[in-house]
Amino acid sequence: MSRKLLPAFVFALVVAALAYVPFIAGSYGITLGIGMLGYVTLATAWALFSGPTRYVSLATVAFFGIGAYTVAVFSESMVYPLLLAVAGVIGLAVALVVGLATLRLAGVYFVIFTFGLAELIRQLVTWYEVNVTGTLGRYIFLPVTPEGIYWQLLGLATTAFLISWWIGRSRIGLALKVIGDDEVVASHCGINIARVKLALFTVSSVLITLVGAIQAPRWTYVEPTIAFNPTVSFLTLIMALLGGANRLTGPLLGAVPLFMLFEWLSANFPNHYSIILGLVFIAIVFVLPRGVLAFAEENWRRWRKSGVKNLPAVAE
Amino acid sequence: MKNLERRRVLRAMALAGTVAATGLLAGMTGAAMAQDRTSVKIGYAISKTGGNAGGAGITTLPNYKLWVKDVNDAGGLELPDGKKLPIEVIEYDDRSSAEEVVRAVERLATQDKVDFILVPWGTGFNLAVAPLFDRHGYPQLAVSAVTDKAPDFVKRWKKSFWMLGGGHDYANALASILADAKKAGTVNGKVAMISVADGFGIDLVTAARPAFKKAGIEVVYDKTYPGGTSDFSPMINEAKSSGADAFVAFSYPPETFALTQQAQVASFSPKILYLGVGTGFPVYGKNNGENATGIMSLGGIDPNNKMNAEYRKRHEAVTGVAPDYWGSVITYASLQMLQEAIKRKGLDKAAVSTELASGAFQTVLGETKFEDNQLRQLWWAGQWQNGQFVGVMPADRKGASKVILPRGDWKKK
Repeated sequence: MSRKLLPAFVFALVVAALAYVPFIAGSYGITLGIGMLGYVTLATAWALFSGPTRYVSLATVAFFGIGAYTVAVFSESMVYPLLLAVAGVIGLAVALVVGLATLRLAGVYFVIFTFGLAELIRQLVTWYEVNVTGTLGRYIFLPVTPEGIYWQLLGLATTAFLISWWIGRSRIGLALKVIGDDEVVASHCGINIARVKLALFTVSSVLITLVGAIQAPRWTYVEPTIAFNPTVSFLTLIMALLGGANRLTGPLLGAVPLFMLFEWLSANFPNHYSIILGLVFIAIVFVLPRGVLAFAEENWRRWRKSGVKNLPAVAE
Repeated sequence: MKNLERRRVLRAMALAGTVAATGLLAGMTGAAMAQDRTSVKIGYAISKTGGNAGGAGITTLPNYKLWVKDVNDAGGLELPDGKKLPIEVIEYDDRSSAEEVVRAVERLATQDKVDFILVPWGTGFNLAVAPLFDRHGYPQLAVSAVTDKAPDFVKRWKKSFWMLGGGHDYANALASILADAKKAGTVNGKVAMISVADGFGIDLVTAARPAFKKAGIEVVYDKTYPGGTSDFSPMINEAKSSGADAFVAFSYPPETFALTQQAQVASFSPKILYLGVGTGFPVYGKNNGENATGIMSLGGIDPNNKMNAEYRKRHEAVTGVAPDYWGSVITYASLQMLQEAIKRKGLDKAAVSTELASGAFQTVLGETKFEDNQLRQLWWAGQWQNGQFVGVMPADRKGASKVILPRGDWKKK
C-alpha cells in the first residue's frame, strides 16, 4: 500500500514546492519558471500523442498560436476564465477537424502536413485580419501578473502529467502502444484506430492550445508572426525526444535541462547560440538517440552485465 | 561489430566536439567583471538572427554600436558631477522571438542589473517589453515602432517614449500631397494602391483609405498581396490600365526593390510614385541612380542640416554602411537624448525619464523635444532629389524641400 502511495505523495510535494516558488524567487526566477513550465507542458502534451503512436507532429505551434490569438481577439469582451475556456474549445474544434482529415496519413506525410498546418492557420488568420478586420496585430491588456501565469501553467503542467499517467495505465494507452507498434495488428485486435488516435490528438492539442492562451498576456501585442513562430514546434519536439517520448517523465527530463541550456547559452553566448545549439542537437542524435531515460537504463543494465534490450526510438 | 565500433567512435567524437566548442567559447567570453562602478552598464536585446534581423541590422544595431563607440571615444558617459564613465555593453540576441525578448529584458533588468536598457527593433517587440521597462522603472525610447496608439501607451506606461509616429501621420501627409497635386492640375486625382498583408502595410492602408477619401482622391485600384511576393507584373498592368496616374505601394524592402525594377520593365511611369520601406535605404538610391529621382516614401532628411550630414558620414565610416533615411537618424538622436539626460540627472532612472519627457535636447536632428512623450518632429513623407532622400512633408517644417511633380519617365539604361 505505502509503495503505491509514495509516488503520489512525492508528486504532490513537488507540485506544492513549485507552487511556493514565486514567493521566494525574484521576477527573473518567475520568468524562467514560466518558460520552463510552458515547455514542460508542451513537451508532455506532445508526447501524449506522438510518443506512443510515433506520429511526429510539427503542429504544436498551430495550436499554441490559436490559443494565443483567441486570447488576443476576445481579451476585451470576455472575463478571463471564459477566455481560456473559449480558447480550449476552439483548439478542440480545430483538432477534431484536422484529426479527422489527416490521422489516416502516416510517416513523413503526416510530418509534412502538420508543418504545413501551422503555416496554413497563420495565413488564414492573416487573411482574415487583412480583409475583414483591417488590422494586423492586437493588443492584450489583461490584469494577469507573472505569478498568475506561473501558477496557471503549473496547474496545466500538473494536469498534463496526470492525464499522461492515467492514459499510460488505461485501456486506451495499451491500444495506443499497439497502434504504435503495428497498425495492422491493432485493427485486427478490434481497436478502432481512428477513434483512439483522434481522442489522443484532441487531448494533446487542447493542452497545447491552453499553454498558448495562458502565455499570451505576457506579450502585450500579438500578430501572426509572433504567435505562430515555428521554433516552438521544433523545440518541443527536440525536448520530448531528448527525454524519451514514450515515457511518463521523459518529456519533463528533456524540457527542463534543455530549457536551462538554452537560457544559459543565450545569456552567455548570444552570438554563438545557434552554432552551439546545432552541435548540441547533433550530439543528442548521436549519443542519446532514444532519449535520456532509455540511455540511462541501457547503461545501467550494461553496467550490471545483463543483456541490453534495444528499445525502438520514436524518430525511427 | 565494426559498425558498432564506428558508432561508438562517432558518438564520442560528437560529444567531445560539443564539450570542446562550449568550453572554448566559455573561455573566450568568460572574463571576470569588476563589481564597483567603473562603467555604466547599458544592455539591449536585439534581433541578430531570425525574421527581424534585416530591419534591426539596418536601423538599430549599427546606431547602437556607433553611439557606444562615439561615447567611449570621448571618454565615456558624462555624469552631473563631470565624471566620465565608459559604457559597458551587454548584448543579447532575441532571435526574433517575442518570448525570448521578454526573457532577455527581464534578465537585463534583474540579473545583469544594467543602468539603462535600449529598445529592441519592431512595433511588436517594443510593446512586448513595455510592461517590463515600466515595472523595472527604465525609460523606453521606442524608435522603430510605428503606432497610432502612442497617446494611449503613454498613459499606460509613463516612462515610454514613441518616436516614429503612427500610420495616420504618414497617410495624411501622402493624402495632402495628392490633393495639392490634383488642385494644381498635375494629376487627375485617381490613385492605384497596393499594400503588403503584414503589420506595416495594413496599418498604412487602413489609415490611407479614409485619408484619401477626405482629400477627394479616388482610389481606383486597391489590392493587398502576401509578404514575399516577387512577381508584380499583373498588379502593375492592372494599375496601368486603371486610369490612375498616381501609384502607391505600402511595401516591405524586397517588394519595394522588385516593384521598382518591374515598373521599369513595364514602362509604367505614374506621375506620382510612392513606395514603402526600403525606398529610404541608401542602396536603393545607389542601385537606381537617376531613376530614383522623384520617387516618394516615408521619412526623409533635411539636406541642409550639417549635423545630420556629419552623422551620416560618420555612420558610414564606422559601421561600413550608410544609414537609412528614416529610422536610423532617429535612433541615433534617441541615444543622444538619453546621453544628455544622464549628463543632467545622473543614473537615476526616474529622474532621467522625467528629464526626457520635459527637457529639450540638442541632437543630430537639431533641437529635439518630446510632446506628450512622443516625437513629432518627423518627416512624414520624403522624395529622392539629387541623390538624396529629402523630407517634403510637413511642408511648413524648417528645412523641408519642395515636392517635385510629376516625376518623369524612366531613363533607359
